[in-house]
Amino acid sequence: MTDRIILQTDALSIGYRRARRADVVVARNLNFVLRPGELVCLLGPNGAGKSTLMRTLARLQPPLSGQIWLDDRPLGDLRPGQLARRLSVVLTERVDVGAMSGYGLVSLGRHPHTGWTGALSERDRRIVHWALQAVRAQDLADRRLLEMSDGERQKVLIARALAQEPRVMLLDEPTAFLDLPRRVEVMELLRRLAQENQQAILLSTHDLDLALRNADRLWLLAAEGALYDGAPEDLILNGAFERVFAGEGVTFDRHSGFFHTRQQTCGRVLVHGHSAAAFWTRRALERIGYAVVADADALSKESAIALERRTDPCPDAAAESTISVRVQDSGPTYALDIAGREDSFTTLDALTTYLRRIHPGITGVSPASPPRKGEADAETDQDLHAQRR
Amino acid sequence: MRLGDIAFQTLAAADTVILMVAGLSFSRVNSGMDTENRAGFQKSLATGHWSLATSYWLLIGLALVTLMAFLLSLAIGSVLIPTDEIVAVLLGGDASKPAWTTIVLRFRLPKALTAMLAGAALSVSGLQMQTLFRNPLAGPFVLGISAGASLGVALIVLLAGVAVGLGGSTTGLAGISLAGDTSLALSAILGSGLVLLLVLSVARKVQSGMTLLILGLMFGYATSALVSVLIYFSVADRIQAYISWTFGSFGSVTWRQLQVMAPTILLGLAGSHLLMKPLNALLLGETYARSLGLNVRQARLGIIGSSAVLAGVVTAFCGPIGFLGIAVPHLCRSLLHTSDHRLLLPAVSFMGATLALGADIVAGLPGSQLTLPLNAVTALLGAPVVIWVILRQRNVQEAFAG
Repeated sequence: MTDRIILQTDALSIGYRRARRADVVVARNLNFVLRPGELVCLLGPNGAGKSTLMRTLARLQPPLSGQIWLDDRPLGDLRPGQLARRLSVVLTERVDVGAMSGYGLVSLGRHPHTGWTGALSERDRRIVHWALQAVRAQDLADRRLLEMSDGERQKVLIARALAQEPRVMLLDEPTAFLDLPRRVEVMELLRRLAQENQQAILLSTHDLDLALRNADRLWLLAAEGALYDGAPEDLILNGAFERVFAGEGVTFDRHSGFFHTRQQTCGRVLVHGHSAAAFWTRRALERIGYAVVADADALSKESAIALERRTDPCPDAAAESTISVRVQDSGPTYALDIAGREDSFTTLDALTTYLRRIHPGITGVSPASPPRKGEADAETDQDLHAQRR
Repeated sequence: MRLGDIAFQTLAAADTVILMVAGLSFSRVNSGMDTENRAGFQKSLATGHWSLATSYWLLIGLALVTLMAFLLSLAIGSVLIPTDEIVAVLLGGDASKPAWTTIVLRFRLPKALTAMLAGAALSVSGLQMQTLFRNPLAGPFVLGISAGASLGVALIVLLAGVAVGLGGSTTGLAGISLAGDTSLALSAILGSGLVLLLVLSVARKVQSGMTLLILGLMFGYATSALVSVLIYFSVADRIQAYISWTFGSFGSVTWRQLQVMAPTILLGLAGSHLLMKPLNALLLGETYARSLGLNVRQARLGIIGSSAVLAGVVTAFCGPIGFLGIAVPHLCRSLLHTSDHRLLLPAVSFMGATLALGADIVAGLPGSQLTLPLNAVTALLGAPVVIWVILRQRNVQEAFAG
């Protein structure tokens, strides 16, 4: 199946050479492939070497050892023009060419295909238009770069990379500096481009959620230089995510697909209901430090990741089994049940404010005397405090 | 004020021609074009940048303005010579007064040609530096290239005494022999090239443009200091010659010197025009340029080489002429609304030539026997124009495109 592989690495080591000192090896023995039509996201903590890997693949810096094959030819053997017709990049570097129009910028992508003046042929012009159309930015052709928003600039830069007619596109954090809707838009655009043009697109990103939803495959680059390669779901299930991001002060929740900061969970809450309101109630409670379990069975089985990770058992044992929130969707109202005493709230703000006051240690809010606080609660509060200090 | 009148007339004439040419192309596009095209044209008007065809017309307009300024500079001076007489002289005939023929052929024509060549050379050099360093403040002066040339010239004039066989009569550079011209030009090129290479070797290590500019300034100071040392130990005659050289002048260049200067500058201009594609790629920065298949090291060497030759030669023969190199690229970008070097390079050449001619006309104080230092005129006339252009833009970024 070598004909279905565009880019392949063989025992690749990346890093920096230094004069008269040992090389800085960022990652070693990398073996992976890129196939046409697939969108691959490169994820990893800061400093793991994502940019180094991207730069090495784009031949912007030499590998320390090993080989990169592009179209079954060693990357190093290609002439600059040949490489530019096979591989294009979108960098994080800001492009400040204020007076240049979107069309002008995209037409620079035809550089490896034009003669010494850079004049565009009829075919070049068609491709520039096609590239602008492909990223849905026809209306940006006449606009100057200066007048574009960050998202529009990014689209035009992608169109420029596209106009190179590459087989592989490398994008270094193309969604950074964009607002959420633009990020979703850019990611889905890239996914579509990969499929429609049968190009291989590799992008590095910190946008975990978007990568999980859109990437055909993920490359997880760990800080120690190991690379995990696989479908996003596989990497979640086999625990690669937890390994890669371990030690970053966060834990990856295999069930929700989210990261949690590793703060101590304290107190358990039962949330009844499966509606949107119940979902967001869970999120609100998790935010203030509760481990939320879906139902009574789960409570006894302790299947939630967050509970497994708890290191220091919460002294507030009484609260653990007795708080339950019942969400009534018509309204919604939030009925709180603590040891048989019921309170009802109309907003999550009111609910979380109340809970923070009766369990101040959780989020570090200074304890104020809570309204209608029972004797037992006061004692546990003090215990909790004594332990924390 | 006669001086002011003429300056404004020149500027007004230039404006009129540009507007006329622009208007011409408007009418050409509007008449006989289908509505779709017209809508597209109006759209590009609304967004404030010219269509490609319009840009070419503007370019032709600039060329015409240069031609006008050229004729004007032949006509205006201590005596006014009618244009038809000038055309007659240029076509090989004789003017009705023999003195006019002499004035035009011996003084004004070489001066006008020098001004055009120097203006174009400095402006193109400035454009290349601004694009290469992606810095709006870059220019031959800022990075110390002209200072390097000054050092080369100072070494020749103050130390070596090139004026072989002329004894003590070295009042100016005009009397220097052809061999002297060549060595003068060579020393200026060497001086400027050396400083530029120094700046570049450092440029590869530091990425920040600001650092680079400061370093260029430092190189400039260092070379100026060396020149001061040379001056300190030199005789008064030579110092006088060197100082008058630093004021800048197009008039001191003789036909014989032009034989060295013109081919070198034309070669340098041709070389820089060959680099239009690499320059365009470099607009995006060196990393993008490399990803586009550009051999950045080679391109950089070419750009620096042609820049050093252009700036160095001009500085050698006309003195360190300030301002044009930085200002003209800005003026062209805001006039043409483009960053495309395919348009900018010729536009900058024409605009540079025109402004140099204009400055020279003003420096000659028409109707009088006096002349002003050229450097004073370029800055005094040009600075307000550039300030006006920059302030007129909604954003400084718009005026600068590299």
